[in-house]
Amino acid sequence: MAGEAKVENSMALEFLSLPENVGLARVAVATFAAQVDMTLNELEEIKVAVSEAVSNAIIHGYRGEPRGIVRVAVERTAAGLVITVEDKGCGIPDVATAMQPAYSTDPERMGLGFAFMQSFMDDLEVTSEVNRGTRVKMFKAFKGEAGK
Amino acid sequence: MQVFFSMEGKELWARVKGEVDLESADLLRRELEASLDHARPEILLLDLEGVTFMDSSGLGVILGRYRRLKNQGGRVIICRPQPQVRRLLEISGLSKIMTIHPDGPETVGGVTDGWRS
Repeated sequence: MAGEAKVENSMALEFLSLPENVGLARVAVATFAAQVDMTLNELEEIKVAVSEAVSNAIIHGYRGEPRGIVRVAVERTAAGLVITVEDKGCGIPDVATAMQPAYSTDPERMGLGFAFMQSFMDDLEVTSEVNRGTRVKMFKAFKGEAGK
Repeated sequence: MQVFFSMEGKELWARVKGEVDLESADLLRRELEASLDHARPEILLLDLEGVTFMDSSGLGVILGRYRRLKNQGGRVIICRPQPQVRRLLEISGLSKIMTIHPDGPETVGGVTDGWRS
């Protein structure tokens, strides 16, 4: 993935797979991201991407079971932010299918989580193993002043 | 997240405030369903001016209510979304299937008659 370079700063957060922790995760990552000069629009994009990845971990990874552990880690390099969201849940049998826009197993959900992550981040990698868990790794490149 | 309702003619106004994500989407869904069951409106107007964050969980709630109203011959109109929310509505394609209006109740009120065509 792009952005694999010397780490200037990092943070990690672990929490139970509870819906109320989705907001905690996105605010924590956005606050970390705001240490450098990012635009409000870029911070909003990061918040949506993190919210989608953590929601997926809770809904699909742990199937709503509230005792799972979700780990969110962020590394800042000169090039940008690498954000990793991991769960140790049920995994995704077919990642390529799951990443198709509008793919959802729930009629009340739009199946756009991965589409938003792809739209709002500069790189996205999803690795998953059935009954072992899923890791979503996203890269947000610095543009403008922060990227100089 | 909070939602405030008012009924004006055949229009049910729902003014949503706060963040709509996985945590609050269920509450929003339940509140909207209860009010739709009770009021039986022709049009649901979702005033999103006070929504400071939304992700696909919130869009799913909107889509579900759109399907319900459409099946009953009604429709959903979204009013005053903030730029972040408007962008999600556009990327998701929801802006193609439902009207998005930049104004609030003072201007949009009375759509049941005025927007019929």
